[in-house]
Amino acid sequence: MSALNVEEIRRDFPILSAVGETGRPVIYLDNAASTQRPRQVIEAMDRVYETCYANVHRSGHGFSAQTTALYEASREAARKLIGAKSSSEIIFTSGTTAGINLVARSWGDANLKAGDEILLSVMEHHSNIVPWQQLAARRGAVIRWIPVTDEFELDLAATPELLSERTKIMAVTAVSNVLGTINPVRLLVEMAHKVGARILIDAAQCIPHEETNVQDWGADFVAFSGHKMLGPSGIGILYGREELLEAMPPFLGGGSMIRSVTLEGFTPAHLPAKFEAGTPPIAAAIGLAPAIEYLQQVGLSQVFAHEQMLALRAHELLKEIEGVRIFGPSPERKAGTVSFTMEGVHSQDIAVLLDRISGIAVREGHHCAMPLHTRFGISSSCRASVYLYNTLEEVEQLATAVKKARLMLL
Amino acid sequence: MKIDEICDDFEDLGDPTDQMQYLIELGQGLGGLDARYKTEDNRVQGCQSNVWLIASPDEQNPAAMKFEADSDAIIVKGIVAVLLAAYSGRTPEEILAYPIDEVFERLKLTRFLSPLRSNGLHSMVKRIQALAQHSLAA
Repeated sequence: MSALNVEEIRRDFPILSAVGETGRPVIYLDNAASTQRPRQVIEAMDRVYETCYANVHRSGHGFSAQTTALYEASREAARKLIGAKSSSEIIFTSGTTAGINLVARSWGDANLKAGDEILLSVMEHHSNIVPWQQLAARRGAVIRWIPVTDEFELDLAATPELLSERTKIMAVTAVSNVLGTINPVRLLVEMAHKVGARILIDAAQCIPHEETNVQDWGADFVAFSGHKMLGPSGIGILYGREELLEAMPPFLGGGSMIRSVTLEGFTPAHLPAKFEAGTPPIAAAIGLAPAIEYLQQVGLSQVFAHEQMLALRAHELLKEIEGVRIFGPSPERKAGTVSFTMEGVHSQDIAVLLDRISGIAVREGHHCAMPLHTRFGISSSCRASVYLYNTLEEVEQLATAVKKARLMLL
Repeated sequence: MKIDEICDDFEDLGDPTDQMQYLIELGQGLGGLDARYKTEDNRVQGCQSNVWLIASPDEQNPAAMKFEADSDAIIVKGIVAVLLAAYSGRTPEEILAYPIDEVFERLKLTRFLSPLRSNGLHSMVKRIQALAQHSLAA
């Protein structure tokens, strides 16, 4: 049984009792795409606008000081959440995508030359593929790929031979956004560092769901998003080890990221401001702190256990349905993401029926992981992804609705 | 089937499950396309599932156009069947002037088929209109 008091948690999320188009509250199982927000987050953002909003790090007046203090408190909350050494290592970005692009642009352009190699895996989200393809095209670098096994895991046996002194960076996901596979980050970090490569971890599907310590990982860069962890959209974090960030050139130029500007040139600001050009999404950044607090109060290890329990139930029930194929490792070795197909039926048809008839929100398509779908010979899948506020009953309703959809479609 | 009949049937059904079943049956009833027509050129961009659409002159009325289409998703195919019922057998001028939004409104297509993204629907309409334009210019 789950240690979470889900009923109590659900009361904090106004949207979970809002009536959807079917006349009942929506069963929200699209958390891997974006989660919902508790009122604590919504109220914190409203409060900024209603009581003290001003731009951060600029003006000397009281509003600016108050807003800046809240903004920096959010940075500190994020630092604590991931166990970073210093708040200089916590860069606010617009999300995981922006964080990876920042590294590919700033670190990548400064450190890669023709013939250098970038190691990615076939299970990456497009956000952790395309920025590297763009970098490879700019610098004449080569991308190598860690294969995915038939058991839906990284082929770790094949990985060492893909690494060499030519490998400059490895970029892999901690948890697959499609398969739910939990990758052995510490081992991957060791492998990368052994050949002198840097490693970036896409932690968008990991940090919201389990206890994470970036220093234990030993990773060089870690990117994640606020909107996948009860926080506002438009805000994310890039963690980078301080000495690496210090050595990197700024990515975007503009206000806030400079120490001084003359007609001849500029001197960049210290970390983290060096990488935060322009006015940031202030209220969104401030809304991140209560999201983090919420998760910590509930306890991320309990969140993880709860999701595993739901995933286990989803596996049990979906597997019983004729023609259903689940893409992912067995539930005790994965996160709360369950992707599946049904033989003879397009995933989109299932998703439409789940939505329209049963009021269940899942995602359908390639989930921004086309190479992974190609690997398994499919063009799309349905993905149900759970979070701390989902219930066993909702998972059971999903299975019932999939059965009903099958009857209608076949 | 005539488009007005489809709209009448749909409104009579009322219940979402029955309406979806009706669309599925329309999809199942649509002949589809020979594999040789399922080319990249004939594929409608902007749809989440594959939709292929071709036009030819109507044998009964050479001034009018005939459309044939297919999709690998059955509910989309049902919607394609609705579009074909609305547009097939009309002249290019009629096609370009046809108030398709009224059909969408009656069927509530854009509202309730959210996972299909209504832009996919509009891509199909745009393709039909482009084919009509092309036929006028030829």
